[in-house]
Amino acid sequence: MMDGIFLQQMVNGLTLGSVYGLIAIGYTMVYGIIGMINFAHGDVYMISAYLAAIGLAVLSFFGIQSFPFLILGTLIFTIVVTGVYGFVIERVAYKPLRNSTRLAPLISAIGISLILQNYAQIAQGSRQQGVPTLLEGAWRFDVGSGFVQITYTKIFILVAAFVGMAALTYIIKYTKLGRMCRATQQDRKMASILGINTDRVISYVFIIGAAMAALAGVLITLNYGTFDFYAGFIIGIKAFTAAVLGGIGSLPGAMLGGLILGVAESQFSGLVNADYKDVFSFGLLVVILIFRPQGLLGRPLVAKV
Amino acid sequence: MDIKKSLIDSVMAGLMALIVFGPIVGVVLDGYSFNLQPTRVAWLVLAVMVGRLLMSLFLQTPRGLIISQSFESSGSGVHVLPPNHKSMLRFVLPAIIVLAILFPFVANKYILTVVILGLIYVLLGLGLNIVVGLAGLLDLGYVAFYAIGAYGLALGYQYLGLGFWSALPLAAIAAALAGCILGFPVLRMHGDYLAIVTLGFGEIIRLVLNNWLSFTGGPNGVPVPSPTIFGLEFGRRAKDGGIPIHEYFGFAYNPDLKYIFIYAVLFLVVLAVLYIKHRLTRMPVGRAWEALREDEIACRSMGLNHVLVKLSAFTLGASTAGLAGVFFASYQGFVNPTSFTFFESALILAIVVLGGMGSTVGVVIAAFVLTVAPELLRSFAEYRVLLFGVLMVLMMIWRPRGLIRISRTGVVPRKGVLNTEGAAQ
Repeated sequence: MMDGIFLQQMVNGLTLGSVYGLIAIGYTMVYGIIGMINFAHGDVYMISAYLAAIGLAVLSFFGIQSFPFLILGTLIFTIVVTGVYGFVIERVAYKPLRNSTRLAPLISAIGISLILQNYAQIAQGSRQQGVPTLLEGAWRFDVGSGFVQITYTKIFILVAAFVGMAALTYIIKYTKLGRMCRATQQDRKMASILGINTDRVISYVFIIGAAMAALAGVLITLNYGTFDFYAGFIIGIKAFTAAVLGGIGSLPGAMLGGLILGVAESQFSGLVNADYKDVFSFGLLVVILIFRPQGLLGRPLVAKV
Repeated sequence: MDIKKSLIDSVMAGLMALIVFGPIVGVVLDGYSFNLQPTRVAWLVLAVMVGRLLMSLFLQTPRGLIISQSFESSGSGVHVLPPNHKSMLRFVLPAIIVLAILFPFVANKYILTVVILGLIYVLLGLGLNIVVGLAGLLDLGYVAFYAIGAYGLALGYQYLGLGFWSALPLAAIAAALAGCILGFPVLRMHGDYLAIVTLGFGEIIRLVLNNWLSFTGGPNGVPVPSPTIFGLEFGRRAKDGGIPIHEYFGFAYNPDLKYIFIYAVLFLVVLAVLYIKHRLTRMPVGRAWEALREDEIACRSMGLNHVLVKLSAFTLGASTAGLAGVFFASYQGFVNPTSFTFFESALILAIVVLGGMGSTVGVVIAAFVLTVAPELLRSFAEYRVLLFGVLMVLMMIWRPRGLIRISRTGVVPRKGVLNTEGAAQ
């Protein structure tokens, strides 16, 4: 039975991990560019899950039934609207605090997180929401004494997540926008002296982070089908763990950290105890921050005086 | 006055509001289909546009320009009073004590419970004030120490037969130990990492309490004994073969007596903690905390042992939370994990932040405001969390250091130390 569980959880873990990686990208990019942990990012993901469900409901109401159009429409809708959310949040709550004390943006972020949660709860109700299964069918093969089942949805998620991450890596490496982001991350004052509008770049980073979270929101909603207004909290902390594990500030680190965390958590859940899997993830976060705060791919933190 | 610019700003804001609020507020999911709510969206967009227009016009007036300039620089942390300043508290404090003694005789049970809850949050706020306000260590898992205090009493009664009085110091010590244990790993972390790790700890404690059914009773919780005084119980009939207090003293049974007792002890404990904190702030320990908050590297280069400073802040804060937990447990009669979520931590943080980082008076006022206000605004209960969030964001934008800043009396140098007659030295 071990073989079957191990492989099955490997598949689950990779799927989950790729989604963690997408959300972790938002954390890591914002931290890299303004040194702040966007506590509200998990709740932006939650908003995108609601938007995905709304998009699906509206599109199917208008009679679109085929899977590619449905998915494409929902993706575009969710990514655009979530991007606007990211932009608005940054403008309203973080930009005025850029010159303030160290704790101020963090507390403001907590406030935004509470606002988003209650806003979704008031606007949409406290019960769990669901979406119908869009893609039926799975791939099943026997291995050893058990069997492994890979649903088509999971394959789609893996492919979509990797396409998203590949697109982002391309943007960061080869386009002008990416160069501006990297320059602002390295040295903000110098970048602005050289003519880069750093305020705008920071807004772009928030939008990109929110867009990646939106992609994750659509994919997770497809896979698990249900969510509620509280879904952002736990997954936000886990995605942050993934970002830290890979090295905060490093984009490939976020993706790698996400995959590793996803696999580790799924294996723990399958082989040890499913009730305590959240405790395991939090414990992993604490251990990493104690023993290797720079993560796998990050540089050691140097405090300049 | 560039009215055209303001109008354009307003329209852009309205457009954004439409995109932001349109889907989530306007299209309410109902199973797999949806219902439309266009009027709610229209109101919200209108409010945003009008608000943005007003704000944009205001910021162009001379007064508005001054205000927007003040955003560019951050203010100083401490407000210095003239040397001979006598605090108003000389008059206020005795008045409050007299009021507090008279209070239980005139109040009914409902007001009594609200005041007890307020005092508990004052205690929590004071503890977190030491950690966040004075030492600058953002602790988001503070509710874990609160839970240790509360569960300490409950489980102590269940497994070890502890009563209220024996659990009080023990819970404080247990919470302090937990504070020490938590403090060690986070020594090297700064700001944001510290916040997330402490958040993780808080969640771990809550999840363990929730899932460890055999030991902690899981989501069902654990009952808590009533407090006793010298072995006399407060119920109508005594359990465990004790004597109810009203029989011992010979007066009629009063169901409020238990709460009056809790209130009295709680008030005395709060006074004690206030006094201790007041003294500590003026001792080297307190100054070391404030130095740590302002600039840790400068603090270390001055020779302060940052390990001891951080650990002392954590330990003292945690023990205060443990005390508050014991009171909360006896007040409520049972404990379960739902009282110790992250939202509680955020609430206590809001008390400290709103009241003023490090300011004792501010924390007391904020604790009462944040406890009494939800009771008064019962009709708005749905929007409670939303209002908290908005309040936190607004406070950070308007006054990052809190409503009441810490003030310190200035010191005049002794004659003979400085030549104050103006001759150059």
